[in-house]
Amino acid sequence: MAVIKKKKDKSLPAVNTSALPDIVFMLLFFFMVATVMREVDLKVTVNKPLATEIQKLERKSLVTYIYAGAPRQNYQDKFGRSPRVQLNDSFASLDDIQPFVIQEREEKSEEDAAMMTMSIKADKEVKMGLITDIKLQLRKAQALKINYSSNPAKNVEALYSLDN
Amino acid sequence: MARNKRAIPEINAGSMADIAFLLLIFYLVTTTMDTDKGINRKLPPFDEELVEDPPPIKQRNIFTVLVNSNDQLLVEDEYLQISELRAKAMEFVDNNGDGSCEHCKGYKISTSSDNPEKAVVSLQNDRGTSYGMYVKVQNELVAAYEDLRERYAQEKYGRSYRSMGEEEDKEVLKEIKLAYPQKISEAEPLNIGG
Repeated sequence: MAVIKKKKDKSLPAVNTSALPDIVFMLLFFFMVATVMREVDLKVTVNKPLATEIQKLERKSLVTYIYAGAPRQNYQDKFGRSPRVQLNDSFASLDDIQPFVIQEREEKSEEDAAMMTMSIKADKEVKMGLITDIKLQLRKAQALKINYSSNPAKNVEALYSLDN
Repeated sequence: MARNKRAIPEINAGSMADIAFLLLIFYLVTTTMDTDKGINRKLPPFDEELVEDPPPIKQRNIFTVLVNSNDQLLVEDEYLQISELRAKAMEFVDNNGDGSCEHCKGYKISTSSDNPEKAVVSLQNDRGTSYGMYVKVQNELVAAYEDLRERYAQEKYGRSYRSMGEEEDKEVLKEIKLAYPQKISEAEPLNIGG
C-alpha cells in the first residue's frame, strides 16, 4: 500500500478550473450591462470638448446623433481634410439634415417624437460656421432640443488651460 | 436492474469557459462604454419673417459676450480671460440694481442689471470661433447661473441644488429656477475672421 501511495504523489494534481466559466460569465454579464451597442462607424474624428456643467442623456431611444469633424485618415483622399457632417454611417451635406431629422422623428412614437434630442458630437477644432449651419438646419426641421456632447472635465483648471 | 442503477456520468463542462470567452469577446468588440453627456440647450424656433420690433431691452440689462475668430473674449467692452467670465456673469445677474430681488447679494451698480428677471446674457460668436471655445463659453455662462442657484438653495433650503432629484423635488427645483431664470440669447454669428 505504501508503495502505491508514493507513486501517486509524484505527479502534480491538475489545477481545478471548474470555477473558470463562472468567472468569465461574471465578466460577460458585467460587459452586457455596462456597455451599449456601437451605433455607427465613425468616419470623422471627434475629439469632444471639455465641460463641467454636463447632463446625462437618460433615454438612448430619444437621442439622435449628428457628427461633425475632419474626415479620418483613410477617407482623406476622397473627402479632403475640411470638417464634414456625418449622419448615420455616411458623410452628408447640410441639406440632408432636414430629411434625416424628419425620418428619425417618424420612426418614433408620437410622445417620444416631442422629446427627441439632437446630440451634436463635434470635434473641438471645428469652426462655429459649420455648427451654426447645422443649428439653422435643425431649427428649420423643428428639432429644437439639442445637446452639445462633451467630456466631463476633472476640474475647472483643466478647462481654462489654453491647449484644450 | 443493476445496469439501470448505474450513476449517470458527469457532463463535461470543460468547454463552458471557451463558450463564455467567445461571448465575452463578442461583447467587447461590438459595444462601447462611452455614455452620452453634454450641455443641454434649446434652440429658438425658426421663423421666416423676422420679428419686426423686438421688445426693447435696456442696455444695462444686457450682458454682451463676444468671441472672435481667435477665440478671444470681449465681455461688456472689456478683454477677458475665460477663467474670469463666470464671476463676471454672476456679478451681472446678481447685481439687483432696482432692489426688487430679495435673495440677491449684488453691488447694486447703476450700470449693471436691474434684477435677475430682467438680466439677459447675449452671446455672439464669429464663424471662425472654434467649437471648443464656444462650448467653454456656454459652459461658463450656464455654470454662473448654476452657482447662483446653488447658493440660493443652500441659503433657503439648506440643501444642495445639484443633488436634488428631478422627480421628488420638482416644486423646489421650479422655485429655484424661477429665482434665477436662465436667459441666454444667441445672436447670429459674425463673419469677420471666418
